[in-house]
Order: sequence, then C-alpha cells, then structure tokens
Amino acid sequence: MKVLITEYLRIDLDSEKWECRRCSHEIGPARENYKRGLLVHDRDPREIHKPLLDTRLYERTYSPDPKWCRILEYYCPNCGTMFEAEYLPPGHPPLHDIELDIDALKAQWKDRQEITESPMGPDLALAKVKAGRALHAHAGHKHG
Amino acid sequence: MDDVKLSAEDKALLDQFLAEHRLFLGPDPEIMRNHTLTERSQMEQAAIAKNPDPHQIHHIRGLINAALSEGFQMVNQMGAAPGAKWGDLVTGVYTAQGDLAMIAPHGIIAFAACCFYPIRFIIKYWVDDPTVGVRDGDGFIHNDARYGGIHNTDQSMMLPLFYKGELVCWVSSTVHEGENGACEPGGLPAAAESKYDEGIKMSPFKVVENFQLKRDLVTFLQNSVRDPKLQLEDMKVKLHAAMRLRERMISIIEQFGKDAFVATLRMHLEDTETEMRRRIKELPDGTTRVLQFMDSSLRENVLQKISLAIHKKGDRLIMDFRGTAPQFMNRSVNTNIASFKAALCTGLLQNVWPDLPHTMAVLSPIEVITDRNTIIDAEGEMPQAMSLMPLFKACVCWTIPMNKLNYSVPHRYSAIIASQYDQAATFIYGGITQHGDATGNFCGDINGNGQGARSHADGEHSISPVFGFMCDSGEHEINEEDTPIIRLGAQRLAKDRIGFGKYRGGMGYEQIATARGSGMWGFMTGCEGSKFPSAQGLFGGYSCPSYQLMKIKGINIFEELDKNPKVVEEFDIVRLMNERPIPGGKYSSNDMGMTFELCNDGEIYMICQGSGGGYGDVLERDPELVMKDLREDLMSHDNAWDIYRVVYDRENLIVDVEATEKARAEERKARIQRGKPFEAFCKDWVTPEPPTDVPYLGSWDDNTETWASIPGMMRVKTPSDQIQGVFMPNPKDVRIAQLEAELEACRGGKG
Repeated sequence: MKVLITEYLRIDLDSEKWECRRCSHEIGPARENYKRGLLVHDRDPREIHKPLLDTRLYERTYSPDPKWCRILEYYCPNCGTMFEAEYLPPGHPPLHDIELDIDALKAQWKDRQEITESPMGPDLALAKVKAGRALHAHAGHKHG
Repeated sequence: MDDVKLSAEDKALLDQFLAEHRLFLGPDPEIMRNHTLTERSQMEQAAIAKNPDPHQIHHIRGLINAALSEGFQMVNQMGAAPGAKWGDLVTGVYTAQGDLAMIAPHGIIAFAACCFYPIRFIIKYWVDDPTVGVRDGDGFIHNDARYGGIHNTDQSMMLPLFYKGELVCWVSSTVHEGENGACEPGGLPAAAESKYDEGIKMSPFKVVENFQLKRDLVTFLQNSVRDPKLQLEDMKVKLHAAMRLRERMISIIEQFGKDAFVATLRMHLEDTETEMRRRIKELPDGTTRVLQFMDSSLRENVLQKISLAIHKKGDRLIMDFRGTAPQFMNRSVNTNIASFKAALCTGLLQNVWPDLPHTMAVLSPIEVITDRNTIIDAEGEMPQAMSLMPLFKACVCWTIPMNKLNYSVPHRYSAIIASQYDQAATFIYGGITQHGDATGNFCGDINGNGQGARSHADGEHSISPVFGFMCDSGEHEINEEDTPIIRLGAQRLAKDRIGFGKYRGGMGYEQIATARGSGMWGFMTGCEGSKFPSAQGLFGGYSCPSYQLMKIKGINIFEELDKNPKVVEEFDIVRLMNERPIPGGKYSSNDMGMTFELCNDGEIYMICQGSGGGYGDVLERDPELVMKDLREDLMSHDNAWDIYRVVYDRENLIVDVEATEKARAEERKARIQRGKPFEAFCKDWVTPEPPTDVPYLGSWDDNTETWASIPGMMRVKTPSDQIQGVFMPNPKDVRIAQLEAELEACRGGKG
C-alpha cells in the first residue's frame, strides 16, 4: 500500500519509505525528514525573478534581495524533479515541513483502497467568485 | 494585608464592589481570547429538546440566507464608502449569546467573525448596566479592533432582536468605511506609532434608540473623521440594512415559531462544528509546518517571521504559532489575537474548505497557540492600524501546511490551491478633492489579488481579495468624478511578474495614478514583499517576485502631454522606468510601504497587484501553456527558455517537442549535478544565529527563543514566552545619523 503525500512524494506503508512519485526512487525512511534523501541547491533569487528594471539605475528591480532571501531547490537525486522551492533568509535552517505518524497512517489506511492518482476536487473558490461576479453584474455594475 | 482573612460573605461583597467600580472597561481577555462556541443556553436547550424537523431547519436556514443576502445588497447599493460599493462588507446574524451563526453568502467572512466579540462585550457589560441597558430599538456601533474587528477602518452596527420582550438574536452590518480620523487619511495609518494615532476608537456603544440615530453622538463622530458626510450616510445605511434584517427575522419567527428559529441558529453552528471534526479526523495524524517572512514594518525594512506548525491527532487540530516575531511597540503592523483568529477563519473557508457554512463554528474546534506580545498576539498600547499585514498572512498560512496534510485524503472537497497574493496592493489616498471636500479612503484595487496556481490549472488573474470571494476592483470613472485621482494606466497585467510553476499563479495588474485639480492631495501604500516575496508556491512552484513602488516626481504629466502628446507611448511601468521618456523627472524605485506623502499635480505613482504562487515543477509545465503565455504577452521569450526550458520558433510559437524534452532532460541532469546532499548542504548553509546585517525578528533554529536583531541598535535573544516588544528608532533619525557619519568621514573627522 502506497499513500500519496504531495504532488511528488508518496509513502510505501509496507517498506516505510518515502518514494518519488515520478521515478519510484526510494528517498529514505518515512519516519524521518524526506529532505534528507534529496539534493539541495542554493539558488540566487535573481535567477528566477529576474530584474526587470535597469540595475544600473535602480537598486529595487522586482527581484528579491539576495541578502535577505534565497531559494532552496530540492531535487530528486535520481530523476531531478524539483519537489520544493523553499524561500528562506540566508543561513536559516530548512524546515522539517512534513512529519507524519506512520503507525497512525497505517491504521488509517487499513480499510482504505489504494489511490494512485490524486482525486480532483471541485474548484469551489473559483465558482464562488464567478457567482459573486454574476450577482454584481446583475445588480447593474457592468464593466466595459 | 496578607494577614486579613475575609469571610465568604465579605469576599462576595468585595468582589461585588470591585465589579461595580471598575475604572475602565477595556477589552476583556475572557471574551477576546475565546473563539469557541458558548455552551447551549437554556433557550437553545429548550428549543432543541422539541426535536425540530431537519427539513424545516433547512428551510429556515434558506430564508435567513436570503434575508442576509438582501441586507448585503442594500448596503452594497446604498453605501457611500468605496468599500461598500466594491463589496467589502457583510451582514450577519448571531445567537442571543453572541455566537456568529450565519453571514450573507457573498459577504466578507472576517468582518462578521469579529462582531461576536463586541456583541459578547455588550451582553456582559451593558445589558445589566443601568446607565446603558439593551432594549428593543437599540443599536450599537463599534470599530475598535481591540474589542473585536479586523481594523479600525471597519465600522459595525449591531442590533439586538427582541420578540415578545425576549432577546432572541442579534443582527449586524459591517462595512470597510475607510476614513476614521487617524494621523494619516484613509483609515490605514502606517505612520501610527501608538494607538492614539489611529483615529476614533469606538468601543461598543449605543448610538441608536427607538431605531433612530442619536444625532448628538453622530455629530461627535462626524467631527472625529475627515469625511463627515460619509460617516452619517453609512451609519444610516448600516442601520437600515440591519433593521430590514430584523424585520425578516421576525417574519420567520412568526411563521415558524421562536423555538424553530433558535434551534436553527444553534444547530447550524453545532452541525458545522461536527462536520469540521469529521474532516479533521480524515486527515493523517502528524505535523506539517510553514514559515512566512514579512519584510517591512511599512516604515523600514525588517524581516519578521511567522512560524506555524499544524499538529493533527484524531479530531484535534492545533495551530502552533510560537516562534513568531515580537510585536512592534511603535509600528502599526501588529494585530491582536482575536482579529488574527478571524483571519484564520476566513483563510480556512477561502482556501481549504469553501463549501463549509461561513460561521465561526469552523474555527471553534481548532486550538490556536501563540506567544503573547508577538505581532500576531499584540496587547496593550501597541498600534495595530495596519494589522492587515499579519492578517493577510493568516488568510494564506493554511495553504502550504494544509495541502501537505490534506493531499492523501481520498475525498477532495475543493481544489488544491497555492497561496494567493497577500498584499493590500492599492493606493490609499487623502486630501482636498476638486470639489473642495476633505476625504480619505482607499482604491478598490485591493480586491485584485492574483490567485495561487491550482493542482490542475493556472491561477486566475486578479481574482479577488485575499480575504473574500466577492469583490469588485472599482470603477475608475466614479473615482475620477469624486476625487482628483487620474488613472494613467490600469488593469494591465504585469508582464513577467509571475509565480512560475507547472501551473503558474494568476497574475496581478499595474496601477499608474496621478492627481489633478486639487493642490492638496496625497497617496500612501501599505505592502510588504519588496525584498522577500510574499505569495508562496506549492510543491516545487516558485513564489511571486518582489514588488516595488515606482515614482516619477518633479514633473506634471498633463503639461508634458500638452507639449508633446506622444511623450509617453504607453503607460507601462517597466518601459517608463527604463526609458525615462519624461524629461526632468525624478525616477525612483522604492519599498511598497510608503507613509502618506503629497502628490503634486501630474506626478506619477506606480504599483502592481501581485501574482499568486506557482504549483509544481516548472519543467513539467505543458509547453503549449508556455506558448499561450507568450501569445497573451504575459511573459518574455527569455523566460520560456530560462525558466521552462521550451524550444520553439519565436515567429510562429510552434514548439519543438523533441528538442524541448531533450532540453528538459538535460536540465534535470544539471540539477542533479549542482544539487548537494541535504546533510552536506546544511553543514555549509545553516548558521547558528540570524545574519547580523539584516534586521531580523523571530525565532531562528529554536521556537522557544526569539531574536530581535536590528543592526546598529540591538541584538538580543529572549525566551519566546517572555517577549516584550521592539521599539524602533525614527527612520529619519536613522537616515540623519547615516548622513552625519558620511559627512564626518568626508571632513576627515574634523566635526
């Protein structure tokens, strides 16, 4: 039995291992931080959020300040898929972001069917906004 | 005195004396720190004991909803405040004990989620006070967030509803009114350094008797704000919406009986709480965490950490915010814990389970732990006029940790969404209008935050505010008729300012404004995220970029256009700033936090609404979606390669599928080459303390210890449960000291 935990992570309840959902690479013990089995790269945020203003003219250019913010990119060591992009101040300890009770997870899934693709939920937030806009238009607030 | 032993009788007498002679009825911690449902009252118990028919309860609930919607429409149509026109309002109904039972389907959740605090205050302190009392026909006004509320710019009108002499429920109407007489116009004074700079502070008091506004009090309030006409008009509007709501509730009671009505309100709350616990139980047991970093106090740049761990076990869910930044003692970006919880309630309903009834019962089963005297649990004299900063973080703080907790659940109640852009990216304004009236308020662009990317689709552009579903971003023509603000550019999507991912965040739009015909007009802006991006990506998606405030000062664009109609080819922020087409202009790029400053006729101010966070690995983005972004001019060609690694023909945008797959495979290999194993990486990366050259507030590696590190001023570490707060120097004094030091150096030490 394997349980999907994120877009890229799953837990094999039998082996108690984290796995990559793209290449099935075994990342590490499910009772530990999955990040310990990944590769990390310290990305200068200006490489992703590139300056849009002339850096000779302005200090603030729509790019984050690299002295204040770095991007830690986490990759699967086998297939290179990026699992996380963690924005942190320089030197801040990476966050242990998922810590599950594996025994409880096993008990919870004892009577559940295995799922291999994440279910799609209704897009309720969008539906509510559209309903609100329709109401607003109906009240006479029309836009060009 | 320690030796004095009081008898039980004397003790009771002393307690009564103290209760009757309290010198100040300030915000009551017993009320303000309790967000849970009250116990069933005798009236509720009796009503439920009669086993009300569930179908009838459903019927009554529908009728109450319709009435709330009608009240909402009344305020929306008649309200004078810009916020009312654009949907920043709500109507609500509360139980007799003050529990928020239901709100208007399109209303702003947080507003109503705040009203039960002042209603509970009125019940506790005014009902039995012979100088006040609560009677049929009374109405109470309130705006001080310390007694409940998001911020003091929102004003509420609350009416008790009596039926045959018995208090059966409360009804309310709340609007973001804007102007409130603070030290800066518009109701959101970032310059407030104490609560006494925040303008009128209405603890809940009676302003209506016999369904009539008391004109003496109205006049006092009008004298306390810059827009007296607005104050009067919207007090009337809120009162009459609440009175209509009252009439509708009485009709329902007369048709179905008081017991059925009371049982409906109570069962609605209890059923919602039961459903919440059932959903919590479905989640896996464990802990997920997220960190949010705010980078500005709106007076200076300073990193403030919000730390959240969500602990879930069985049907308990605990939100642990310990380790969060200490409060500012003289900056307005603090919030009290009650307001913070109201924003949590909003965020849960907006981002995680939008299908649940919009009541306080969704938050009731959730436990919230904080350190006192932090920016999310500020107390006492601390200013909190720009509480929007931490409150907007509360709205989105769910998205990352809840999706990590929620992803495994077999049934999905709503789509997975990354963080929405979470800044109040709009112009706040004030001054004398072209009609000679004093005014101050904010523009409806606050309602145009880009949606976070979804697990199945890109986010929607400028979809809604982060705190509600239904809002309009305003009619510029109406604004131009009422105020000297002229829009030189608006609703143009901010190209290349994207939260990249497999699915990208919905984008924000540019706002380019100037003033004309006033002679006394100004703007302020209240956003952070100029150094550290605000909207976080999910599962490998990137955050939004940083955003800045741009200015072109020392020119008059109208005179320039008179001289040369083609001086500006298009009002595009990036082009204007890089090409500098207007001669003689002083171009600058600044932090998005700007206290009020005067805008002379024709000077230009430019900001952006922001993008939501991205979802998933950029290398998994469908190349055709990348082409679509190019076709729609949302993105430059450089990013198609640099970020997404798509190979295509720039002329016809036809993708070379094979070459793209090859390029992406190579990039994945390159990632493996450049990535370091986690443990080795941490050995090099992690520092034992925060950096010394960046102002930093909050915990570092241990949530039980909190840092306050302001370069050149202080660097201390205190136990997180003993935080007092941080007093910041005047930014002008800091600047003067820098300049004096430079001067000293230039003079070679010859002072």
